[in-house]
Amino acid sequence: MREINAADITAAVSRLCIEANCHLPSDVKNCLKQGRADETWETACDVLDKIIQNYEIADKNDAPICQDTGVACVFLEIGQDVHINGDLTEAVNEGVRRGYTDGYLRKSVVKDPIDRVNTGDNTPAMLYCDIVKGDKLTITVAPKGFGSENMSRIAMLKPSDGIEGVKRFIINAVEEAGPNPCPPIVVGVGIGGTFDKAALMAKKALLRPLGEHSEKPYYAELEKELLNSINALGIGPQGFGGRTTALAVNVETMPTHIAGLPCAVNINCHVARHKTEVL
Amino acid sequence: MAVYINTPFTTADAENIKAGDTVYISGTIYTARDAAHKRLCELVSQGKELPFDVKDAIIYYVGPTPPKPGMAIGSAGPTTSYRMDAYAPTLMDMGLRGMIGKGKRNEEVISSIKKNKAVYFAAIGGAGALLSSCIKTAEVIAYEDLGAEAIRKLTVENLPVVAVIDTMGTNLYEVGRKAYLESQK
Repeated sequence: MREINAADITAAVSRLCIEANCHLPSDVKNCLKQGRADETWETACDVLDKIIQNYEIADKNDAPICQDTGVACVFLEIGQDVHINGDLTEAVNEGVRRGYTDGYLRKSVVKDPIDRVNTGDNTPAMLYCDIVKGDKLTITVAPKGFGSENMSRIAMLKPSDGIEGVKRFIINAVEEAGPNPCPPIVVGVGIGGTFDKAALMAKKALLRPLGEHSEKPYYAELEKELLNSINALGIGPQGFGGRTTALAVNVETMPTHIAGLPCAVNINCHVARHKTEVL
Repeated sequence: MAVYINTPFTTADAENIKAGDTVYISGTIYTARDAAHKRLCELVSQGKELPFDVKDAIIYYVGPTPPKPGMAIGSAGPTTSYRMDAYAPTLMDMGLRGMIGKGKRNEEVISSIKKNKAVYFAAIGGAGALLSSCIKTAEVIAYEDLGAEAIRKLTVENLPVVAVIDTMGTNLYEVGRKAYLESQK
């Protein structure tokens, strides 16, 4: 049994909150540059130039790419041969607290959804834990902005809706969102499972590197087809018109019930932030 | 077309702007988002004075990150505007001339924009680091308890925005998309 100290988890989460918020992953940068190269509409080119300039400024100044530094979604893959010394949940929350305070990040969490008083330190994290094989602890922090989160959708489709129903639902979600989630967007899709599992798959789909397709050939093709359909909608960067509405569509699937076809769409803006560390 | 304006933002300035124009704003603007709008409209319904004069003013829907030492403000891009739709017509009826945000507005807001000769601008969502460089000073003038959501008085220089809904009600989100799709036929 390998021992990992809670203090090391706190330090890692704190670092990851700051790094993820100030430095965009290279796959997202590459997609934005490719989108700019493929774009022909003048207004859209101008917007993409400014988006690229923005992440360059953020890199140079260690500044938050976007002022909505999000709710801290923290994904833990805990090796079954690991023992944590200390309180795991509190270790993660302390990491978020330090990262958001020391990193001059915005505190965007309210304690109660109706009362709406800010917690003042961006805690609690949205914590997702998976038990996996091995003796490592993998921590991913994905700060999630709510402009795009608010445009996410879930549907309990009927088996008879089939693949056409799934495509229609996903494309409609993007079209209805229009300019609101700060296109160009990344579209995370979860199909199958239960109501909650579909939503979780859609969220985890956003962590997959852009340009890397599903291992299942059928769904890899679906991802490509959906991306083409979405980029034919004409919404464009920021919704001002143009080709580049989405950078990628990532689809995750799992088995489901004979009576169901759950389908969830979790949208991310072009600031598709996440960073991982392995302890 | 590129248009340069200085605040106060008058009716004449507003009428000169067409949907799709890139507009560079200089002068004083005010920040307010969800919680501040709720409080402003409560003051209006009680007949009380607002913390700043909304006549010919521009409100920027933004909740910035905290400034690092030596900086006026942290990252400061726009938040999604539809959450302010319930409040915007009340403020436009009192003379508010410009709003900066991002994303769609509802029919009531568009009608009020036309009636009051106001303009709805969009700044680039997710470009908070870039937009922050145009903000020279920032001072909290109300609701400090709201943190990022407090009302700030900003001095801006050539803040780049795009006119989305003009005084005639023309909406770039509709005409821009349509023009692009027609160009692809």
